[in-house]
Amino acid sequence: MSAIYARRSATNIIALVLSGFATLIGLIFLVWILWITAENGLAALKPTLFTKITAYADQGGLANAIAGSLIMDLMALLICAPIGVLAGTYLAEYASSTRLGASVRFLNDILLSAPSIVLGLFVYVIIVLPTTELTNGRITFSGFAGSVALALIGLPVIVRTTDEMLQLVPGTLREAALSLGIPQWKLTVQVLIRAAFSGILTGVLLALARLAGETAPLLFTAFGNNFMTLHPLDKMASMPVTIYQYTNDPNPALHAIAWAGALLITLFVLALSLLTRIMFSRKKVSYE
Amino acid sequence: MSATSAEPLPRDTEHRSRTDARHDLFFRMLLRFCALLVLAALLGAALSTLWGGREVLFTDGFHFLLSSDWNPVENQFGALAPIVGTLVTSLIALILAVPVSFGIALFLTEIAPSWMRGPVSSAIELLAGIPSIIYGMWGLFVFVPFMAAIEPTLNDTLGNIPVIGALFQGPPLGLGLLTAGIVLAVMILPFISSVMREVFQTVPARLKESSYALGSTTWEVVWNIVLPYTRSAVIGGIFLGLGRALGETMAVTFVLGNSYNITASLLMPGTSISSSIANEFNEAVGLHRSALIALGFLLFVVTFIVLLIARLMLRQLARKEGR
Repeated sequence: MSAIYARRSATNIIALVLSGFATLIGLIFLVWILWITAENGLAALKPTLFTKITAYADQGGLANAIAGSLIMDLMALLICAPIGVLAGTYLAEYASSTRLGASVRFLNDILLSAPSIVLGLFVYVIIVLPTTELTNGRITFSGFAGSVALALIGLPVIVRTTDEMLQLVPGTLREAALSLGIPQWKLTVQVLIRAAFSGILTGVLLALARLAGETAPLLFTAFGNNFMTLHPLDKMASMPVTIYQYTNDPNPALHAIAWAGALLITLFVLALSLLTRIMFSRKKVSYE
Repeated sequence: MSATSAEPLPRDTEHRSRTDARHDLFFRMLLRFCALLVLAALLGAALSTLWGGREVLFTDGFHFLLSSDWNPVENQFGALAPIVGTLVTSLIALILAVPVSFGIALFLTEIAPSWMRGPVSSAIELLAGIPSIIYGMWGLFVFVPFMAAIEPTLNDTLGNIPVIGALFQGPPLGLGLLTAGIVLAVMILPFISSVMREVFQTVPARLKESSYALGSTTWEVVWNIVLPYTRSAVIGGIFLGLGRALGETMAVTFVLGNSYNITASLLMPGTSISSSIANEFNEAVGLHRSALIALGFLLFVVTFIVLLIARLMLRQLARKEGR
């Protein structure tokens, strides 16, 4: 009898120790990656990163890549935020129990983890190829195409958060507004979206955090550019693509610049996700 | 109209309710249009890559899938090497990430003191927030040399085991399928473990307490009560991780080594669908470009099916909860 007990308790202890060990493995990789990025990035940080463009290669900086990324991220948000909020509103307010609503919600979850490189190919086929043909090769890859690809990454995040946040708004608010004779569109825009505003904003920031680090969809949509451009129909440089190109280069001086860029982008993305986490936790408190 | 109703509505009220109805209809149509755009994005991604790859898929579909001969100079395109590479690296990632994720979820739901749970689970989820290009750089500059250092040991130990030994024999390049698989495992770990953690928390305390009352150990409760109760969602979470691993590009492109040879050894360089596209697309023209877009179509279809299964499995648990 006691042999069975001993074996069971030994199994238990081994399993529990192993699970602690698994958690440790996860944390070690996190610290390892962040440490390497911080160490190499901090060593390479210098003011010329923000003032010089990539055309000077190892004597240059990342100014055009930073500008390109900011422009494309912003344009992507301008495209996906309105569409995403409206689509999420449709799911929560108009189609919460219809078959169309259920399938859109289901497929939106799939889009959420669809391979980003395929979304890049999609935009290449529907935007880059046609503009190349229509303009006889004058407009080929463009910042605009890059933004559309990034918008496809951000869209499902915003749809989902908006949908969930609107479902948290108490039903009494809807009933109170409707009983005053407010048309439904006014109820939605002026009462519900306003009530869920901070949650919806969180979704937009979450989308920004996701699309700001994306490389694959930009490779064959925005392409890259060694010079500064602010025109959305030019080929446009971006931080992730520049980091990708510099990492592929044999020149170690370019690796250093890539690490500095990697640090900037990691800080940006992690700061955003930290911010959304804080907003989220406050959100939950206010509803409970 | 006004004759039949007892008290006719004032003219402006009637007018207003009519404009309200029109605005409501317009608003509803606008919202529905935006929701349909989500469907259009998925459908468009499938159709556009199918169209872009038509020259390869429709003229020589089977040859494209089954041939391992990839030679852009002679316009020979066989996708077997990238397909095998994608499947092998994702499989390695799953084999490594599933037990570790399970351990993390177990630790965070049953073992860790409550003050520890919040910070540790946030830290694990931070792994999911790190951009994949950072994984790629870390993989190339830090993890590849690390693997090159331990691969001779792998050769001497695992390499001598009969049958699976061949998997671990090869030159200590550091680059290769095994390295890519490990990097992928780290990437998908937070996704799988957070799904597992969430569903473990849905197990009714009653069930667990009954089992404890009968004298079960913590491990027995998890293995006999928690896991069977959450089985479908756990499988869903694993498939979700698999979907991520199949489509991941930047983390594997640097560490795979970009070689179209199919070898038995996991220590040899290989390629994957996504890294072939990323590496070659901008230099490709004509049939080569079409072949790469066709690869994208394949990847999309496979990940779509995997994610479909994942979501269906995850939904079963939600239904069980009565949500």
